[in-house]
Amino acid sequence: MTRQPFILRNPSALVVLALLAAFTLAVTLMSAAYGSGVIPTSTVKVLGKTLCLALAALAMDLVWGYLGILSLGQMAFFALGGYMIGQWLMYARTEAIVAASLSGNPIPPTAQELREAVANQIFGVVGSADLPLVWSFAHSLTAQLVLVVVVPGLLALVFGWLAFRSRVNGVYLSILTQAMTLALALWLFQNDSGFRGNNGLSGLQNIPGLDGVGQARLSIWFLWASAAALALFYVLAAWVVGGKFGSVIRAIRDDETRVRFLGYPVEGFKLAVFTLAAMITAIAGALYYPQAGIINPAELMPIASIYLAVWVAIGGRGRLYGVMIGAIVVSLLSSWFTGGRAPSIHLPGYTVNWVDWWQVALGLCFVLVTLFAPKGIAGIFDRLAGILPPRRHGRDLGPDQGALQEQEAKA
Amino acid sequence: MTALLEVDGIAVSFDGFRAINNLSFSIGAAELRAVIGPNGAGKTTFMDIVTGKTRPDSGDVKFGESSKSLLRMNEAQIARAGIGRKFQRPTVFEDQSVAANLTMALKASRGPFAVLFWKPTAASEARVAELAAEVGLADHTHRKAGKLSHGQKQWLEIGMLLAQEPRLLLVDEPAAGMTLAEREQTTALLVRLAQTRAVVVVEHDMDFVRRLDCKVTVLHQGSVLAEGSLDHVTRNPDVIEVYLGR
Amino acid sequence: MTCRLIALLLSLFLVLPAAANPALEAVIADHLDQIERPSRRTVEPLVAQIAATGPEGLGLLSAWAGRALGVTETGRLVIVAGDGATDAVTGQAVRGADPKMLRPNAGVRGVIESALVAGEVSSPDRARRAAALASIARDGTPEHLAALRAAAPDPDPALAARRARIEKLLAIRFDADPAARVAAIQDMAGDVGLDFRAALNPLLATRRVASTEEPQGANIAGELRVGSADFPREAAVALLTAQGLIQPRLTAADQRNALAAHIVDGRVGGVSAAELSDPQARDRAYEALEGAGTVPPAATEAETEAALADIRFFDIFAEPEAAVTDAARAAQRGAEWRLVAMKGIDLGLDALSLASIYFLAAIGLAITFGVMRVINMAHGEFIMMGAYTGYVAQTVIADRTLSLVAALPLAFAVTFAAGVVLYRLVIRHLAHRPLETLLATFGVSIALQQLAKNIFGTQARPLTAPAWLEGAITLNDVVSISTIRVAIFGLALLFLGLFLIIMKRTRLGLEVRAVTQNPGMAASMGINPDRIAMLTFGLGSGIAGIAGVAIGLFAQVTSELGQQYIVQSFMTVVVGGVGNIWGTLAGAGLIGVLSKVIESFNPSNTLAAQTFMILFIVIFIQFRPRGIIPQRGRAAEA
Repeated sequence: MTRQPFILRNPSALVVLALLAAFTLAVTLMSAAYGSGVIPTSTVKVLGKTLCLALAALAMDLVWGYLGILSLGQMAFFALGGYMIGQWLMYARTEAIVAASLSGNPIPPTAQELREAVANQIFGVVGSADLPLVWSFAHSLTAQLVLVVVVPGLLALVFGWLAFRSRVNGVYLSILTQAMTLALALWLFQNDSGFRGNNGLSGLQNIPGLDGVGQARLSIWFLWASAAALALFYVLAAWVVGGKFGSVIRAIRDDETRVRFLGYPVEGFKLAVFTLAAMITAIAGALYYPQAGIINPAELMPIASIYLAVWVAIGGRGRLYGVMIGAIVVSLLSSWFTGGRAPSIHLPGYTVNWVDWWQVALGLCFVLVTLFAPKGIAGIFDRLAGILPPRRHGRDLGPDQGALQEQEAKA
Repeated sequence: MTALLEVDGIAVSFDGFRAINNLSFSIGAAELRAVIGPNGAGKTTFMDIVTGKTRPDSGDVKFGESSKSLLRMNEAQIARAGIGRKFQRPTVFEDQSVAANLTMALKASRGPFAVLFWKPTAASEARVAELAAEVGLADHTHRKAGKLSHGQKQWLEIGMLLAQEPRLLLVDEPAAGMTLAEREQTTALLVRLAQTRAVVVVEHDMDFVRRLDCKVTVLHQGSVLAEGSLDHVTRNPDVIEVYLGR
Repeated sequence: MTCRLIALLLSLFLVLPAAANPALEAVIADHLDQIERPSRRTVEPLVAQIAATGPEGLGLLSAWAGRALGVTETGRLVIVAGDGATDAVTGQAVRGADPKMLRPNAGVRGVIESALVAGEVSSPDRARRAAALASIARDGTPEHLAALRAAAPDPDPALAARRARIEKLLAIRFDADPAARVAAIQDMAGDVGLDFRAALNPLLATRRVASTEEPQGANIAGELRVGSADFPREAAVALLTAQGLIQPRLTAADQRNALAAHIVDGRVGGVSAAELSDPQARDRAYEALEGAGTVPPAATEAETEAALADIRFFDIFAEPEAAVTDAARAAQRGAEWRLVAMKGIDLGLDALSLASIYFLAAIGLAITFGVMRVINMAHGEFIMMGAYTGYVAQTVIADRTLSLVAALPLAFAVTFAAGVVLYRLVIRHLAHRPLETLLATFGVSIALQQLAKNIFGTQARPLTAPAWLEGAITLNDVVSISTIRVAIFGLALLFLGLFLIIMKRTRLGLEVRAVTQNPGMAASMGINPDRIAMLTFGLGSGIAGIAGVAIGLFAQVTSELGQQYIVQSFMTVVVGGVGNIWGTLAGAGLIGVLSKVIESFNPSNTLAAQTFMILFIVIFIQFRPRGIIPQRGRAAEA
């Protein structure tokens, strides 16, 4: 908290930005559309999606690593962002298709007819032919882009206000966030919620108006967009947690009561960070799902958010670059192992097939990380940089659990 | 002299146990006051009520010139109104540097957005350095608070209280765990602070209280038993009975 | 339906030993031509005569009604079944016969069937009387009513009561005398049986009629007001159109088709086809076509308005007798509120059983959370482990009851051991770091889930309840509860009792309570908090295992079984309040009742019910952040 320029205070930001740029450039030069074609389009998409997950992990780190709220519903915002952009993608594309097919008629369709035909096309699968109210803005890209941040932001604001106001914290709050995403998922699963029930939204990889571009180039464009968003929000997050604000939220994480007695409106800070993180997560989702091509309510089930927590924990929470590494490494490893491409291990009498055993290995790894490396992968960097955590033995000194303990305090 | 803090007939009970029973108390704008009493007399609960941690079942707490009731305010609002509290055990933010701890406590706008766009200035840095020097931590500003000794943490916390510039300071057993030299320093500091603001010290240690040389309030079973100079209250037969008798 | 009864009777008679029946022989000889060409009006005495001759006569009648009776060239009656044929009188097989099959008309068959049923309802065999009544109840006819009235009283009181009830139901539907029908309805008023409601419904069926005058001679249920909630303007217009009182309004699709059919050189009605994406242009083009007479004129708004002002709308009962419909309406109204009460009771039973499931699932969680402030995310997987233990026990022990009895302690032992291992290896090392414990146990949870998938496969494994647990306890057509759910309720009660005894009456319980309240103090009294924590964790896990067996009995056992209950279990604990068994009970009760009540508003949409329930809980936490029964004292303030 000195009056140095931002970059000098955050040397890691420069490294991260440089690495990100180098990575994006390398992938572009090896892609099918702009380079040698060593990396197939499907892999480019996986890499682009991974960057979006890293962005979600970044937001999770703000909430968990810095503010200390283990939100088990973070992916609800991610999926909501995806749904919001998906509405436009699906509507605009269906409209183009329907308009093309109706133009064969002797009489050109009225706007009303066009709308009805689009609604029928989109909602026929759930036995409805009317455009639900929640699709009122689906025709407008601008409106849906605004909704990408507004809807999850509002949800976070309302939910957070209710939860923080009544001073729900710790595991209670975690369970409550989990309930929130479950409720949302169950609601979306219904056919009459207006989001096509368990069919979800599909065909999102086709960007309306860009039919001639082709997936090879689109995938690279999305990679750039994802990398740019990640870079932008990394800098934003580093700025937020670097100053006095970061100091206050870490203080809230460590001893909320004390921060109150300093006169800070703790709830306001929590709400600000929670909502900001929700919006960042939603933007990550809005970039992710056009690359994935499909979104359905299963994406909101609590398990997805818990996986996000796993990545953040393995990466090392409280370190912005750590959680990005965690998300990238673990999600890529997961897709490699569960994709069936990892070689099986032949033991006498049993063959370990990674498709079956990866989850078991991941679960156990996760337990081991929690037990022995609570700082995760970032802990390795810390050790290299010589930042050693105090050793904790003896009784807590502070009034709250987790405060420094007797022996380390003497050090 | 009008009172800065006026506590009027408060009562609170936990599951039928009356921790505070019709307690009234008042303190002027620049006054040092020691509160003593046996265990369970309600000293800590009294401070909890003033700082908004506990809500009383009845009674009222008024603060400042306009006699604003504190009962409708939360902890943070009360703190912003100008009441600082020092806990029995040192509570500083151990993961952050001494300078960060002090900067957080500096009197400034507390809203999330004001804090987000807050930038350190030459003045703020000078104030932090000054405070650090005052509490003897000038050489430690860049160390993590967690690496300080117990006594240093106590001082850091006092430094943070000073940074808040409260009008009323509630201090819970400041002498606990301090060396003799530190105690003398603390006494001097408290006496000096009380020249410009109200200071309430809750203490067990009679020697320490004697050194403060101020008006003393004796609490017993949640209400005021006696009030006056230390010599006056120690001669009070009720006080003698409570402290020595039974 | 009657055919089935006849087939049954046929098969019964065919196995009877052949015996000559001279009486039947004589009747047939006298009336052969009438049998061959029966008439609805005159056949009745003949059928009665045949029926009176005994079992062979009844056999003949049922074959006749079932169109299985033939007459040979020699004038003998034979009963044909498949390829073979038997003599109707002697019962002996007839070979080489090529009988002419008799095909009595529906009226005659009706007469024969009621004679048969009348015979059956006074049969000396109780089972056959019961079967006959069941057949009538399923598909009664006016003839049955007459037959029932004519038959001798049933000696069996249960059957007599059932017969009286069926007779009344038939009377409501078929009695020629309106007064008798009204009497029967009034007799049964207040009954909530499905059959009674089914008998009333057709009486109260109405149809809507549009007419300028009040329809004469019709049993009018009421006049409808256009624009009221149950008769909107669109419905009135649709009715008028259907009755041909106004021309149908022109739909957008009709207009488009009509226009498309009349495009000439890219123009229609003077408007260029390219402009027709504008609805007003379409109207202009259509009016032009109307003016030219190429298309029929469509109804205008003014015409519709005039018709609506002119014409009155009535609901008319299909049943002509006003007295009957009045009585039926009164009876239905009476039945309705009793029905609501019954449904309330049924809902309560459902809620109770759901609450006991949540209670069983959550109690283990509440114990561990209460004592150690640790959320065990693998709790759901312990439930799953219990269910799989039950499944394995069932594959080893064939007897369902025995395997269930073995499965309960086995599941407890397995999950107790798993809980102790989890505690010693993981949770102990994360003391005072609840969020990290939550995460570590989540790691355990995903590992266990996948492990179960690897061992047992992804398809659901059945955990079958013993026969005595199947079926349901039925009070009436509305109130019923399956036996398994009663058993689970019993199990939940048992565990509540067991838990209370352990906590209040044993040394272990005392030590657990001591550790919960003040671990430091308890340790200085010589209690080993670590050991106590381990035991409570094992106990909580063991109960999860038993809950798993119980849940497995009515749900599919899959590796995801635990996941479905874990969030609800958390909710139960959070809503109920931590560290108090009564809190858990209250939480389970609240959540159980609430989910059922919300579900009852829209039974088809359980997803919405769950959504609303979770929303409710989030709001509930606002008002009671520490649950229904919060922990008290200053300790809770920290």
